[in-house]
Amino acid sequence: MAAEQFTMVKALNEALRRSLDENPKTLVMGEDVGRLGGVFRVTDGLHKDFGESRVIDTPLAESGIVGTAIGLALRGYRPVVEIQFDGFVYPAFDQIVTQLAKMHARALGQIKLPVTIRIPFAGGIGAVEHHSESHEAYFAHTAGLKVVAPSNPADAYWMLRQSIASDDPVVFLEPKRRYWDKAALDPSGTPDLGLHQARIARPGRDLTLIAYGPMVKLCLEAAAAAAEDGQQLEVVDLRSLSPVDFDTLAESVKRTGRAVVVHEAPVFLGMGAELAARITERCFYSLEAPVLRVGGYFAPYPPSRVEDAFLPDLDRVLDAVDRALAF
Amino acid sequence: MNVTVKRKTGAPKAAPGDHGTPAESGPPDLVQLLTPEGERREHPDFSVETTPEELRSIYRDLVLVRRFDAEATSLQRQGELGLWASLLGQEAAQVGSGRAMRPSDYAFPTYREHGVAWCKGVDPLNLLGMFRGVNHGGWDPNEKNFHLYTIVIGSQTLHATGYAMGITKDGSDDAVIAYFGDGASSQGDVSEAFTFASVYNAPVVFFCQNNQWAISEPTEKQTRVPLYQRASGFGFPGVRVDGNDVLAVLAVTRWALERARSGQGPTLVEAFTYRMGAHTTSDDPTRYRIADELESWRLKDPIERVKAYLLREGWADSEFLESVEAESEQLARRVREGVRSMPDPDPSSIFEHVYAEGHALVDEEREGYLAYAASFTDAGTDKGENA
Repeated sequence: MAAEQFTMVKALNEALRRSLDENPKTLVMGEDVGRLGGVFRVTDGLHKDFGESRVIDTPLAESGIVGTAIGLALRGYRPVVEIQFDGFVYPAFDQIVTQLAKMHARALGQIKLPVTIRIPFAGGIGAVEHHSESHEAYFAHTAGLKVVAPSNPADAYWMLRQSIASDDPVVFLEPKRRYWDKAALDPSGTPDLGLHQARIARPGRDLTLIAYGPMVKLCLEAAAAAAEDGQQLEVVDLRSLSPVDFDTLAESVKRTGRAVVVHEAPVFLGMGAELAARITERCFYSLEAPVLRVGGYFAPYPPSRVEDAFLPDLDRVLDAVDRALAF
Repeated sequence: MNVTVKRKTGAPKAAPGDHGTPAESGPPDLVQLLTPEGERREHPDFSVETTPEELRSIYRDLVLVRRFDAEATSLQRQGELGLWASLLGQEAAQVGSGRAMRPSDYAFPTYREHGVAWCKGVDPLNLLGMFRGVNHGGWDPNEKNFHLYTIVIGSQTLHATGYAMGITKDGSDDAVIAYFGDGASSQGDVSEAFTFASVYNAPVVFFCQNNQWAISEPTEKQTRVPLYQRASGFGFPGVRVDGNDVLAVLAVTRWALERARSGQGPTLVEAFTYRMGAHTTSDDPTRYRIADELESWRLKDPIERVKAYLLREGWADSEFLESVEAESEQLARRVREGVRSMPDPDPSSIFEHVYAEGHALVDEEREGYLAYAASFTDAGTDKGENA
């Protein structure tokens, strides 16, 4: 099939469809994933084509969704669970961190938990409370989980395929504000990268912008704007938050000498803190400036009318770039 | 062993306004087939026929499981185990339900189901690794269809339900038992498990061992209605059985498993029993419960009533009883020696099995740890050579 234009929603839908088609043990489950096709329509049409035994509308009980998915995985199934919105995953947090993450180790490797948890995450769509949160640090902090966040339709497709095929539990974070972005995708091709490899989204020599999920597009816009002032910014799309591809990061920062990490989650104890610390350890003698961070404030995600003040935008990213370049 | 089941649907109906008195000696609707005095009793809905040989085998299980438990308690007192959760008093609930299962049925235990593990053929030494601190489980759950012990209260009821949903998808007639306690009945996961099991008609038996105490909290702090009655709100039957009566537990659990196998969905079995010991060896039950209560339950001992029945019927003699006793001592010796010779894991095992497919950070930290540890080994060697 030649490459055609896919929105991220359509790409995710295609990834689920092909995964269901190729492996009868693959299941899709969650609230409203069946007849409705999911509140974002990511599972649109799957219930009709694969039936209710493969595409399962569940009770409204997040812990129950993840907990029963664990049981199904123990029976040999590969459940792909949808949590309707980021803020609703907390009732399932216990099952994810105390059970799903640890069961393989507790059995000394004798059982596998191939469960994928899809979560539409982060903000920027003017939603109400609990519909815009970035909780990646909670999950990345837990050994036993893998955490990934695509930034574009092609990555969304391939990374979901790879996550479903993984024998480890994967928390799959979907940047909901990028759901309707379009890009070329050939679903019958092969992926360019492994699930946990970072990608140089734009090469540059003066500073490395590090982002994932919804912030990658912003950083590309920032790099384009900076180019008008003669600054050549490199943008690294992290893609995988656990594990992190530190080799690609370090190579980039050693070349540019400067790094700014951008994410939506509060800066305090966020992914940026870990990335800055590791980059400092690995690239200390190459750094011309401290690694700076741009992110949300240490406050609850705000009402949508003021979320623009909370979220990193072009000016805040460029301001951090200027500060880093001024050292 | 033949179990005659007359009941087809529904739980016994409680009288209007009857909220039960869970801690009383004679709660309503208690299925009992063998009295504390060891006399057989008829029940209108449940019965079980046993040959003398089968009953002797049950007695043997009860005695060996109790002896194993006692030995583990002793080993904790001797410092060989970090902690132990005794099943003392709950042998009948566990052996009765454990023996009701087929080998292909799957059990999801808490951390106290040593008797169920015994019936499933799990080596008792496997259970002791986590209490000794050499692993967090360690056995292959699929080998005997006995899942790992679960510490977080009630979590496993959802795993059991999901597993049972998978059985249905597979078209199998296996069934699942989810074990939990009276305290776990307050957990949201248990309610969610009831909901999922009911909605998907999953072949799962929810087996609640109501041992009257959730650490220091009595059942009255968990519920205002008898636990078995909760099932009706979820649309499946609940039955309260004398948890100290191994024959009644066997009959009721087999009935519930048969319902599951035949596509009739979940059942809640409340095994009304008593934890004679502490919640764990870290606990002091004298701070929260009175000696009279303990004494009243001692008179309902699950093993003594089977022994009395065997002797009354002339199905056992002192020679048999002594042979079981001797076997229990052999088991205790094997457990004792097995625990004491259980090696500590290699510290680098911390990094093993964190992921099925590996993880760059785990690999990096493993390498760092090994290099760090090796630096001490070298120092020690140097010191030895210099000495």
